[in-house]
Amino acid sequence: MHTLPPVVQGFMYPNEVQLTWSVLIVLYPFITGLVAGAFILASLARVFHIVAVQPIYRLSLLTALAFLLVAPLPLQLHLGHPERSLEMYMTPHRTSAMAMFGFVYLWYLLVVLLLEIWLDYRKDIVLSASSRKGVMKWIYSALTLGSRNIDAKSLHVDDRVGWMVTLIGIPSAFLLHGYVGFIFGSVKANPWWSTPLMPVVFLFSAMVSGIAVVLLVYQTVTYIRNRPIDMACLDTVAKYLLYIFLIDFSLEMLDLVHRMYEASESFRTLDFMVHTQLFMSQIVLQIILGTLVPVALLALVQVVKLGEILRRRIYTLAAALTLIGIFAMRWNVVIGGQLFSKSFLGYTTYKMAFAAREGLLPAIGLMILPFLILWGLLKLLPPWAEQKV
Amino acid sequence: MDLSRRELLAAAGKFIVLSGAALEAFESPSGALAADSKYRMADHWWAMTIDIQKCIGCGNCVRACALENDVPEGFFRTWVERYEVNGEDMEHPHVESPAGGMQGFPVRNTPGVKSFFVPKLCNHCAHSPCVQSCPVGATYVSPDGVVLVDQQYCVGCGYCVQACPYGCRYLHPTKHVADKCTLCYHRITKGLTTACCEACPTGARRLADLKNPRDPVHEFLRVNAVQVLKPEMATGAKVFYKDLDGSVR
Amino acid sequence: MRRIFEGSEHLIRLACVAVIVVLVFFAIRHALVPPEFGKYGHYRPGSLDEIAARTPVFAGREACAACHDDIVTAKSKGPHANVGCEACHGPLGRHAQDFTSQKPVLPDTAKLCVICHEADSAKPKTFPQVVSREHAGDTACGVCHNPHQPMI
Repeated sequence: MHTLPPVVQGFMYPNEVQLTWSVLIVLYPFITGLVAGAFILASLARVFHIVAVQPIYRLSLLTALAFLLVAPLPLQLHLGHPERSLEMYMTPHRTSAMAMFGFVYLWYLLVVLLLEIWLDYRKDIVLSASSRKGVMKWIYSALTLGSRNIDAKSLHVDDRVGWMVTLIGIPSAFLLHGYVGFIFGSVKANPWWSTPLMPVVFLFSAMVSGIAVVLLVYQTVTYIRNRPIDMACLDTVAKYLLYIFLIDFSLEMLDLVHRMYEASESFRTLDFMVHTQLFMSQIVLQIILGTLVPVALLALVQVVKLGEILRRRIYTLAAALTLIGIFAMRWNVVIGGQLFSKSFLGYTTYKMAFAAREGLLPAIGLMILPFLILWGLLKLLPPWAEQKV
Repeated sequence: MDLSRRELLAAAGKFIVLSGAALEAFESPSGALAADSKYRMADHWWAMTIDIQKCIGCGNCVRACALENDVPEGFFRTWVERYEVNGEDMEHPHVESPAGGMQGFPVRNTPGVKSFFVPKLCNHCAHSPCVQSCPVGATYVSPDGVVLVDQQYCVGCGYCVQACPYGCRYLHPTKHVADKCTLCYHRITKGLTTACCEACPTGARRLADLKNPRDPVHEFLRVNAVQVLKPEMATGAKVFYKDLDGSVR
Repeated sequence: MRRIFEGSEHLIRLACVAVIVVLVFFAIRHALVPPEFGKYGHYRPGSLDEIAARTPVFAGREACAACHDDIVTAKSKGPHANVGCEACHGPLGRHAQDFTSQKPVLPDTAKLCVICHEADSAKPKTFPQVVSREHAGDTACGVCHNPHQPMI
């Protein structure tokens, strides 16, 4: 892949001119963020007993799973030697945030998400194993792990254990995406990344993006199923989106104000970068379109009484803008962090490839894939009593 | 310097003869005669000293390193920067490094500024942030103080490249693993000096062995005002500069 | 005892699956982790030998003296005393071990010398440097200066 050399302004260390991490590494925190956010919605139903969001409990779990399964793929495409990636589990370096994240991911996938889904769906799985035919029968039978026991006692056990798993799952979800923030935040060499606020900002923006994606998925799935939308549920989800968005925005503003006030050496470089290289992605996409507009829309719904159709349109628009904004935030962190020189004396540009291994095309493919997986999961494990999506 | 790298690479497996020739009646870089050819890691703690007052920006070191180590084009295990500092405005030096200084520098003679050359390379940090960040254990500090990359084990994630405050690492474009200055480990373990120090015509760059009591580095560190790059990072950098201006980044 | 596990049969099955998975993981790990990994630190010690085994390309100035003692002695009396032979003549590792295998090419003094000696304000003031055009016009440096004993 031979593209034109990037344009350098000022001075960059010679090895810094080409970016090391591409759009795929932007995708990765975006996708894991969606997981954490979707799971938090599920836990609102299960642990905090917010009855209004109960209808999307299972949908949130399946959405989280679909994205979590795709999360390692951008990393595999980026690695110079993906065939050696198992080394991260064989000889993890305990001082490395990236290595430890491998186990956080595995813990979350197996002990939290898959276990919770299995426990919640077990009765349906057992029933399907009896009632279905052919290949599907074998799949469901395998999922039962050989036990067909669905009497009241065992279901009660499932419920209790499931509740405990969700309870552990909340800090696990925090750890999952907070850790991704820490992977960046712990790099002292990069002042754009190195702040203790990074894990917290990542976490809250993750929750925002996850809630937004479930909001969109729920509306889409309900439309496809041709069912009435549960507006109490939708309104509650939108309300939580607003609250968490306000916290997220406050945290990001805190980081910004702090940097501006202290004005240490890196600030001038970063400030200039934000106003030039990152103007579109940071000011326009992330802050204005991706945060201020959705917050204003969601706040509007809270203060003014609006009809159902209008609310749904607003929620859809707000959720879509939110997702664009959070993606832009990940872009600004990952790509933005590599656009300036560690000498603070210059900038480079990112020339994103299109049809290459780390290009835009695979990135688009990787964003579509979780929805395909989700579609499959919805068929395999329908969230609602009436079968068939 | 007209030989192609491929020709040089083809001469593999003859190093025993070569090292024998080099070890005969020589003075090791630290000034002591080598007693035997068996290298003991525990006896060494490698570092380097760079005298800014002696660097003439010829780029010999950059060329020599590239030839010695097969450095891929466009990437640099060592490079030289030229600084031009307006005395009153230390925060905005003009810095350039055309092709890393590989072909030297075009004459500038800018009036009214303080100008000088700064050779840079991996600092072989004692508390290396790149080693800390490696998820699999592919980069490490050797027992004799050299930060190395195990290219058979590296997965090419690039985390170490991000973690290095000095920009001395890169992902090899064809091997797809992390790469950087090895302090010519294959040379220093045979009693030779690094390629860059060998090629330096003014002695600005000198390999140092902190564990050797007779190494000139001890005098150097005692007598001169010595700096490391980015001391605020507390990396334990072991490339010591003499007379490094405060404007140097 | 039976009452605790009543209704938990499926969880016990799951626990057994988990244990098997963990055991398989450790078996794979035992097979895949390189021998002696961790001997000196969290890395594969074989890497040190692999890196050290590389053949040097530059011979080093001591190697040249073995055959070219006369030139080395002459050079040691002048300002180029500490300039390594290969600094100008390029890497000659192969030549040092078998002089027939690599014939050194004489550098062109019209191009070589100015790399160091062309005057530039960034170079140290004490370093001998000239504006080559004023100093020698188009004449190559080697016409007047012997590179091994450059003082005239």
